[in-house]
Amino acid sequence: MSGDLHEATRGGALVPIPREDPVDDPRLGDVDEWGRSERMRALARRLYGPVYRNWFRAEWEGLEKIPTTGGALLVANHSAPLPSDAPVIMHGIEEELGRPVYGMAEHLFRAIPVVGTLWSRVGGVPADPDNAYRLLREQQQLALVFPEGTKGTGKTYDQRYQLRRFGRGGFVEIAMRAGVPIVPIAVVGGEESMPALFNMPGVARALGLPYLPVTANHLVLGPLLGTVVYFPSKFKLRVLDPVRFDVEPDQERYSKSRVMEAAEDIRVQLQDNLYDMLRSRKSVWFG
Amino acid sequence: MGKRVLVTGIGSFWGGRVAEALEKRSDVDVIIGLGTDEPRVELKRTEFVRADSSYSILSRIVQATKVDTVVHTFLVVDSTRTSGRQLHETNVIGTMNLLAAAGAPGSSVRHIVVKSSALVYGSSYKDPAWFSETTPRVAPVKTRVERSLLEVEGYLRDFAVDSPQVAVTLMRFANVVGTDIVTPLSKALELPAVPAIFGFDPSLQLLEEDDVVRSIDFVVANEVAGVFNVAGDRRLPWSEVAALCGKSLFPLPPLFTGAAIAPLGRLGLVDLPPETLSLLRYGRGVDNRRLKAAGFVYRYTSAGAVENFAKGMRLRSSLGTRPEPYKYERDVESFFSHSPAVRRPT
Repeated sequence: MSGDLHEATRGGALVPIPREDPVDDPRLGDVDEWGRSERMRALARRLYGPVYRNWFRAEWEGLEKIPTTGGALLVANHSAPLPSDAPVIMHGIEEELGRPVYGMAEHLFRAIPVVGTLWSRVGGVPADPDNAYRLLREQQQLALVFPEGTKGTGKTYDQRYQLRRFGRGGFVEIAMRAGVPIVPIAVVGGEESMPALFNMPGVARALGLPYLPVTANHLVLGPLLGTVVYFPSKFKLRVLDPVRFDVEPDQERYSKSRVMEAAEDIRVQLQDNLYDMLRSRKSVWFG
Repeated sequence: MGKRVLVTGIGSFWGGRVAEALEKRSDVDVIIGLGTDEPRVELKRTEFVRADSSYSILSRIVQATKVDTVVHTFLVVDSTRTSGRQLHETNVIGTMNLLAAAGAPGSSVRHIVVKSSALVYGSSYKDPAWFSETTPRVAPVKTRVERSLLEVEGYLRDFAVDSPQVAVTLMRFANVVGTDIVTPLSKALELPAVPAIFGFDPSLQLLEEDDVVRSIDFVVANEVAGVFNVAGDRRLPWSEVAALCGKSLFPLPPLFTGAAIAPLGRLGLVDLPPETLSLLRYGRGVDNRRLKAAGFVYRYTSAGAVENFAKGMRLRSSLGTRPEPYKYERDVESFFSHSPAVRRPT
């Protein structure tokens, strides 16, 4: 017998457990354990389709590099105060590859009535290492993260396409632990869809928000419409070569220097590709 | 030689049901039921002993009866049932007395099973989707029932370290529904329209009452020790729970929810304690795989548990009443247990 409560032990002789029929699960809806509903997602795809095709006119390069089976961690640069990149990436992959993408975002989402619920119904999951591990390792799904987090979306327009720090490399560690590749995606067009002019940190703090900017959209469309309506910038997405790690999954910890190095490599790659894409972009609106 | 089991809270829903399940086991020789109230289920060979809520006579009973297993079901997890002081008395002081009795030098106790609750994980927007037994709690501790359960678990952890000769099983149960049990959630689901917080549709995990009794019976019989989450498979949105019960939702305001329902609480219409309100906002999921790995097989998923509850509710509404509960009569019971005129299987 063990003194440690958390060590599950069993004593005594075990009675063989009779095999039982599969347990009946009388569900009515199709909301999964993450809160995602394929029906809601299909509806969202129908509504968002025109925005994706006609407003942002999203164009992919290297979509075939995203695995069609097995787990993978998708990593992209992040922009716009109300991120326009996550829906484009999720919609595009779901339409083209026919497999769900779980978008990992700030926990704060869940605290907002209606928005939080809708976000989780269409595939949003709080960015938590435990959640990511379960999605990637145990369920072999596609999960999308933005390692810059709110540092990416909270930056102003004068810093567009300048990648922020990639956290402490937590996303690399999760991919290592889950034994899945990281697939970087460089996104161009997001920054111009809602350019932040300046931040109001005092007001943001008072409201409990990570940031609160005044955007060009506010000036053109007014305070309400400008918060939710994007400019029709042309979206271009480039999928980079998947990064695989030569380490054993499920380790207790991974070398911090190795993790930081890998995170920095991915950051540099994304940054280089962004510059490359911007060099060949002739127009913000027409690509 | 068979087991000698002490069940606390014999007058509570769980104590009685657990004793009833243990009575069916031939390898359990003696069952002593300790409780402040008389048993509410018909028990054949359980000896009922009355105690005060903090179980001050417990050490005498343990010494006198030489029990080897203690099943502690008497932890209050429904804060609408007792006052704050009584809750502390029952949960914290009661458990301290129990552990003191079990850990005393020369004690015969070798296994303690404690029925705690997934309330110890709390419920907040920062939670992971699933709590494993080792995931730390995220939400600050604000409600008294959660605080008392966390204190109990703390004492139990210390006890496990100090008394390595005793196997300790700590079971954290998810929200229970079933044909008989009354909880804040079941009361909410019995209302003509089910209260929900506007803009939130949390995923809950539920557990059927039979699986509660079966899981306790399982860990006692197989002497399984450790910390275990106990909950039905999968999570389902509160709206779907209501739909399975054939009810529509009644939206509560997302801001100042507690203040908004206070008048309804005064009128006795709804009775939602703070821990249930946060559950209706953010839900909770607990990973139940550890107990499954130990060999336990659930009969119901979360949805199955709700369906069973709905069946019970429909039956009650057709009959108009709850069936007359069993009434404990000391004279009758002592006649059946002790009179030489009664023929007992040898």
